[in-house]
Amino acid sequence: MFANTISKKDLALLVVFTAAVLAGPIILKPIGAGYPDLLQKFAIYGIFALGFNILFGLTGYLSFGHAAFLGVGSYTAVWTFKLLSMNPIPAIILATIAGGLFSALIGFISLRRSGIYFSILTLAFAQMSYNLAYSVLTPITNGETGLQLTQSDPRALDVAFGRDYGAVLPVSDLFGMEMQGYPGFYFCAVMLIICFFISMRIYRSPFGMMLRAVKSNQNRLNFTGVHTRPYALTAFIISGMYAGLAGGLLAVTDPLAGAERMQWTASGEVVLMTILGGAGTLLGPVIGAGAIKYFENIFSAFNDGILMKIFSFLPEVLQHLAVSVSSLFVGEGWHLTLGALFMIIVIFLPGGLMEGVTRLSNLFRRQPPDDRAGGTPHPAPAE
Amino acid sequence: MSDFKVTRRGLLKSTAAAGVALATPTIFSSKSFAAGYLNEPKGKTVTFGFNVPQTGAYADEGADELRAYQLAVEHINGEGDGGMLNTFSSKALKGNGVNGKKVVFVTGDTQTKSDAARASAKRMIEKDGAIMITGGSSSGVAIAVQGLCQEAGVIFMAGLTHSNDTTGKDKRANGFRHFFNTEMTGAALAPVLKNSFGTDRTAYHLTADYTWGWSQEGSIKKYTEKLGWKTASAVRTPLGAGDFSQYITPVLNSGADVLVLNHYGRDMVNSLTQAVQFGLRDKQVNGKDFAIVVPLYSRLMAQGAGENVKGIFGSTNWHWSLQDEGSKAFVKSFGKKYGFPPSQAAHTTYCQAILYADACQRAGTFMPSGVGAALEGFKFDGLGNGPTEYRAEDHQCFKDVLVVKGKENPTSKFDVLEVVEVTPRAQVEYPASMLGGELGPYNNG
Repeated sequence: MFANTISKKDLALLVVFTAAVLAGPIILKPIGAGYPDLLQKFAIYGIFALGFNILFGLTGYLSFGHAAFLGVGSYTAVWTFKLLSMNPIPAIILATIAGGLFSALIGFISLRRSGIYFSILTLAFAQMSYNLAYSVLTPITNGETGLQLTQSDPRALDVAFGRDYGAVLPVSDLFGMEMQGYPGFYFCAVMLIICFFISMRIYRSPFGMMLRAVKSNQNRLNFTGVHTRPYALTAFIISGMYAGLAGGLLAVTDPLAGAERMQWTASGEVVLMTILGGAGTLLGPVIGAGAIKYFENIFSAFNDGILMKIFSFLPEVLQHLAVSVSSLFVGEGWHLTLGALFMIIVIFLPGGLMEGVTRLSNLFRRQPPDDRAGGTPHPAPAE
Repeated sequence: MSDFKVTRRGLLKSTAAAGVALATPTIFSSKSFAAGYLNEPKGKTVTFGFNVPQTGAYADEGADELRAYQLAVEHINGEGDGGMLNTFSSKALKGNGVNGKKVVFVTGDTQTKSDAARASAKRMIEKDGAIMITGGSSSGVAIAVQGLCQEAGVIFMAGLTHSNDTTGKDKRANGFRHFFNTEMTGAALAPVLKNSFGTDRTAYHLTADYTWGWSQEGSIKKYTEKLGWKTASAVRTPLGAGDFSQYITPVLNSGADVLVLNHYGRDMVNSLTQAVQFGLRDKQVNGKDFAIVVPLYSRLMAQGAGENVKGIFGSTNWHWSLQDEGSKAFVKSFGKKYGFPPSQAAHTTYCQAILYADACQRAGTFMPSGVGAALEGFKFDGLGNGPTEYRAEDHQCFKDVLVVKGKENPTSKFDVLEVVEVTPRAQVEYPASMLGGELGPYNNG
């Protein structure tokens, strides 16, 4: 059905995506998002959402527990830093494996049910993991304080290779390049591009078709004698590995793992990202992740002083009015803006931001709506 | 299961792409390290980062902290009435900013979560160029942000954090704390408890299940057991539980005659209210009146718990009814701007901002190692706590500790606590090595 090589269109998409990601610091500068920490978050949560979309976008299984795998990835990575080496490569490999193993366990149990029951099961497992990490497993997770590096960590591999960090607290480094700031972002960006490529190959593969079949009518597949659970489980494990990798990268750029990463709100966030961007589309989740992280970091930082400056062109009375009204939607009220945005998107663009992009491009190109740029051939709505 | 194949050409292509991608970082990573330290202020202003909880369980404290910070910035820049700058023993600050630069600030929401707090601190450091981060209303968050500031290379002035670990096990060279800790609470509270309740008591602890709760439980146990008290049981309760009735019922049958509530914020308001509603305070156990102790008090919490705090002992870092010149000046200045007295959270954060600015002025630089050296061993007075010292060994302030009691006849809704005893500094001091941890060297970024 699909050729073994990448189609021209996909290649073009990949090239554009790569260029856009690598040029992120320059492109995002004008909207105030061109600083390393936020760029890292864009890339990392992009990976998280890409993985989530392989499960949710393709098979339609709505997991409310993906933050658990993110958390497991983070804890694994920090422990790798502590015990083995500050090099990010073993950390992210082990984090991915840990995410995969943990998701295999939870997926094996949860996938016995589908629909809302599946969602509730995953939610319950994630909340269990959160509570375990928060209190019961404190010796491993350091509870509420979060797992941090100390100067006295063994770091066996670093010691074996004669690497000494002296008296300062080490940061992760890739053969001497510190994984903070822009180098850290580029490390995450390369991972994001690789993940995007893998996800694209999965979308275009017969396996991807099978997953879509699971979504559109699982019963029919069962009647024709196809056992669907292994497919769903594989998708679940792949997305768990993506989440583990994302968690590992969070620890690479900031060596700390806290239990709140596993909380149900974090699981809900990735669902929002995917739906906001466009479930089932290739690019959508990355865009959705970017949008939500942007809101969380930039809008939440607006205070009255900044608003005063923005509205300084108005006469004073109007200025105060404008500030007092708009301050409800920024600062601690950023959730409100996000909620409103989410409602608008779900009502008017059920296919997410990607649907908006497609509609716009169709408007200009006057092509039949089937020929969608950048998306899958048929980006079906979420459910 | 899936059978997508990797072709030779495809592999070559993707390898080449990956190679290009991997090479890119080196192009961008050539950061110019011309500046002597991270975020060195070049213009006419210097940026402080205020990182406080604006949402979540400690939002009330966070809001008060932010008010205090704004007031401190005004005073440093020479606006307003100058507040505690007039009573502060160091006269380095002249009301024209710091080192000739006007202070501006950026704010962030910690959401009382380590992750969010670090993200917000990073934004202030990387995007807004903040030279110093201050704030925090939970020990877990404070420790996480302190670690970040150490890695990044800016000074962290801890806000409301009471756990021993902040300047103990998890202390960092770039971190400084003005607030007291559970060790000092234990040492200050024990003699008062002995005078009021005697030496033959059995305590039952309800403890918030996180760093601070454990730290507090440990300290109170240590000091009360020295008095001869017994500990019947110590039960951990989840943070933000809301309903504590299931934890309070077993207290009555445990044989304990003192309930120690190691809770803070809304948790304390709820657990204390429920304990009183269950009639614990009217009970007689072992022939003695049942008593409740709340080791860490704040006016905001006491206000929340209302009638129920009457006669209940605890400790606090500062209280607005203190009559020294510094406290009076601060209460006046804060009250004039906001219309109500400041909380202890507001006081400690105000002090931290002033102390940092003063240290920069005295050091003549904003470089973390220079500022740190100016703060280490710094002795000062006039900031509401009497003579105070920033101990060099662990960057912890040592000062007198207030033991307070819920007032029996409050005259206003703010007048809910009365100071029972001011425990002198010598009595709460401990050797820096006792709590472990290592400061390490300063990081200038």
